[in-house]
Amino acid sequence: MERKEWPLWEVFVRSRNGLDHKHCGSVHAPDAKLALQVARDVYTRRQEGVSLWVVKAEHIVASDPDAKPELFDPAEDKIYRHPTFYKLPDEVNHM
Amino acid sequence: MYTQALDIPQQQPEGNTPPAAENPVYQAEFDAKIDAGGFIEPKDWMPESYRKTLIRQISQHAHSEIVGMLPEGNWITRAPTLKRKAILLAKVQDEGGHGLYLYAAAETLGVSRDELTEALLSGKAKYSSIFNYPTLSWADVGVIGWLVDGAAIMNQIPLCKCSYGPYARAMVRVCKEESFHQRQGYDALLQLMSGTQEQRDMVQDAVNRWWWPSIMMFGPHDKDSVHSGQSARWGIKRISNDDLRQKFVDATVKQAEVLGVTLPDPELKWNEARGHYDFGAIEWDDFWNVVNGHGDCNVDRLAARNKAWNDGAWVREAAMAHAEKHAA
Repeated sequence: MERKEWPLWEVFVRSRNGLDHKHCGSVHAPDAKLALQVARDVYTRRQEGVSLWVVKAEHIVASDPDAKPELFDPAEDKIYRHPTFYKLPDEVNHM
Repeated sequence: MYTQALDIPQQQPEGNTPPAAENPVYQAEFDAKIDAGGFIEPKDWMPESYRKTLIRQISQHAHSEIVGMLPEGNWITRAPTLKRKAILLAKVQDEGGHGLYLYAAAETLGVSRDELTEALLSGKAKYSSIFNYPTLSWADVGVIGWLVDGAAIMNQIPLCKCSYGPYARAMVRVCKEESFHQRQGYDALLQLMSGTQEQRDMVQDAVNRWWWPSIMMFGPHDKDSVHSGQSARWGIKRISNDDLRQKFVDATVKQAEVLGVTLPDPELKWNEARGHYDFGAIEWDDFWNVVNGHGDCNVDRLAARNKAWNDGAWVREAAMAHAEKHAA
């Protein structure tokens, strides 16, 4: 069928200053201005946010789920990157 | 929101046979994730039958939210006070919002918004049959909040932990807002019950009409439920229809007492041995009659959705033309 729907935008909300914007869903809108307006109505009816980002979904580049092992597994055996790897004498262990 | 229709078969029932493993390695990883109580995310591999089941369930759920705006929207202009009107507007707006969260979740499975809209407007898709009953008096609005949204909450809380990430996250948002829906309904009824005899009769009449449809919202009995077994295996359905229905009945009896209304079931009584309330047999013929399109309002509801969609066409087209002109 012929697709007539408005483009898809991903919506990110900053719930309060001091926190990151966080993905919360998506909306359809013809342009950026209306995407913000629709995102406000759909995702912040109860003061869930103080700032909104909308990004056209087609502009988001995502990693391939199949590439998960080569991307993320190499960090698995590098436990020396975590502070808990180092056992220090009790007197100074809160360092 | 209103999940009764969730395991109503649509075109051809898929039956209870397990899906063929299209890719044994991926299938094994998928099964392991489900068994560990993990989440499946949009780009992850999933069996086609899992994808199809979710598209059907999430879209029926979304359609129910959208159609659910109609019976209550019917009372916005006639709400008795400005306060009640503001509350009802907020509630109906929430239902629209819930529909949109859910359409967005369904779209992550590869179905387009156009296809979803088309399925609803053509009558191909199901939505919860609870919305095919008429809202005859102002008390209906309160009773819908109390009983219909109350039943919906029981149905929906387990979905917050379902195995498909986008659906689970949408349901967390929905459930937070749904609690307001139920409480405002009960609050409106409390006020009517403190009024005249005529107002109290109006509440009782609404309870009489909505009680049975509300407990039918949990769907067919477990032994007759076509999709339940597979959905439980996939972590989409965590609690069975009959268990949820019992939980709802148990919770509602006390609420009815406090309100001062009688639930229209002479067989409703506490069963000490079971630790639950027993209740009378459900008239499933009526339920299937409404599901299959013969309720009081099936035709009106779809006509209203089609009219709204068609009347809005010029707005959608003009907004797109404007955006394209300014992008050029």
